[in-house]
Amino acid sequence: MIEVISKETGNKEMVINMGPQHPSTHGVLRLELVLDGEIITKVRPNIGYLHRCFEKYAEQMDDYAKVIPYTDRMDYVSAINQEHGYVIALERMLELEVPERVEYIRVIMAELQRIASHLLGIGAFGLDLGAFSPFLYLFTEREKILDIFERVTGARLLYNYFAVAGLMRDVHPKFKADTAEFVRTFRPKIKELNDLLSYNKIFIQRTANIGVLPEKVAFNYAASGPVLRGSGVKWDLRKNDPYSIYDRFEFDIPVGTGEVGTLGDCWDRYIVRVKEMEQSLRIIEQALDGMPDEGDVMEAIPKRIRPKEGEIYVRTETPRGELGYYIVSDKSASPFRVKARAPSFVHLSVLPAISKGSLIADMVAIVGSIDIVLGEVDR
Amino acid sequence: MGMLDKKYHDSNIIIVGLESALNWARKNSLWYEQFGLACCAIEMMATAASRYDFDRFGIIPRSSPRQADVMIVAGTVTMKMASRILRLYEQMSEPRYVISMGSCSNCGGPYWEHGYHVLKGVDKVVPVDVYVPGCPPRPEALLEGFLKLQEKITGETILQKKESVK
Repeated sequence: MIEVISKETGNKEMVINMGPQHPSTHGVLRLELVLDGEIITKVRPNIGYLHRCFEKYAEQMDDYAKVIPYTDRMDYVSAINQEHGYVIALERMLELEVPERVEYIRVIMAELQRIASHLLGIGAFGLDLGAFSPFLYLFTEREKILDIFERVTGARLLYNYFAVAGLMRDVHPKFKADTAEFVRTFRPKIKELNDLLSYNKIFIQRTANIGVLPEKVAFNYAASGPVLRGSGVKWDLRKNDPYSIYDRFEFDIPVGTGEVGTLGDCWDRYIVRVKEMEQSLRIIEQALDGMPDEGDVMEAIPKRIRPKEGEIYVRTETPRGELGYYIVSDKSASPFRVKARAPSFVHLSVLPAISKGSLIADMVAIVGSIDIVLGEVDR
Repeated sequence: MGMLDKKYHDSNIIIVGLESALNWARKNSLWYEQFGLACCAIEMMATAASRYDFDRFGIIPRSSPRQADVMIVAGTVTMKMASRILRLYEQMSEPRYVISMGSCSNCGGPYWEHGYHVLKGVDKVVPVDVYVPGCPPRPEALLEGFLKLQEKITGETILQKKESVK
């Protein structure tokens, strides 16, 4: 704790640290808060506590496919979505055709992962604000998704399931029935969540009109995903720049409307995630209907991956926003350079802009509402 | 107390060694420090949540190291974080225990070879009692780690002077 006299106002200011060990920073983030009484005048995010050398590893691996486990570990809450972007980038570099069945399974897995990620994000957000029971209810649902994943991939959290132009193994025969059963049982739970948390009076008071992110500021900071949509911008890469087979499905892009407070506040960013889960269920249902029953998921996997000399940038919509992979190839067996454009990192830079002038107790709500994953921030 | 309910007319006395009584009490209320570093923290949360339920073992999360008995190092320990972990460990009151969860904090894990910013094992900065393998370990594995720690506590002799311990 350091006290300084502000040059501008002449008031006594106090600098306190939030983190790196703090239960509400969602990992190892350190925020230097400059306070004037209870009002935050400045926030300096201090990162690098989880820098795990992803880019170095991508260059050092002797095969393109060996990078996939490390993409899992970037955003460990939505591992499937991280793999998806990377394999799409390689498929476009190699100009490979992906079998129909593979695409459908990928979309189902990616959307299930999106729901699982939002469940954790919402649960932890409620937990930060003192709502403990929604966290337990949501984790019950999340475990059901993890069960489906476990049966298909063999892992609970980090899957290493997608391969270039294929999958590591085929789904089991009961996969369709399992997933359909989950979709059927999960729909009523969203209503339960709305009763329990979304329209809870205390929750609304903690989140409405707090951390307002206007549309223009969101554009200036290159925000994406639920953070941008919470400010009322209809922007979703699955619709605006379709990848995989997302152009075949019907779904809406939920946006914030300022229903209980100002447009772009913490509650808007939260409710966008809740509504997105419903849309993901719609996509899963359509994909289950269209999924071909026959087909080898491993037939198109290339024996060796040697892309032509060149570079590519591929962006996909992860639960947190736009994840971009920039890959440079020099004709060798390993990538010359892989750069990941992480949405969490971008959203962390929005934090000082939206938390200035709010109370110190609201800092937790603002950090929770942008839903960062520190593994992705530091990579 | 279940099967002992309404069985006796007077209050009773049990005779037990002081050390084993203390150990019995300590092993059944292991409060852990809520301190997630990386991927393993998500599995730690899952272990604490509804399906696996830490609470039934008396394992309760605390947000401050000063109230905690156990530190679960859940995730990759980087060079920048290592000194902070040591500081958190020093803030814990004795007797204190450390569970190293996952390959990263055991030995560097998948970041062992080229991880220029990754500490190759948290045991380089703090003493570790139980290592839980896996990347990330399943919740059952973490529970097993806690049971092993309980076993370890059962045999402890912290009240006796060192030379009298056989």
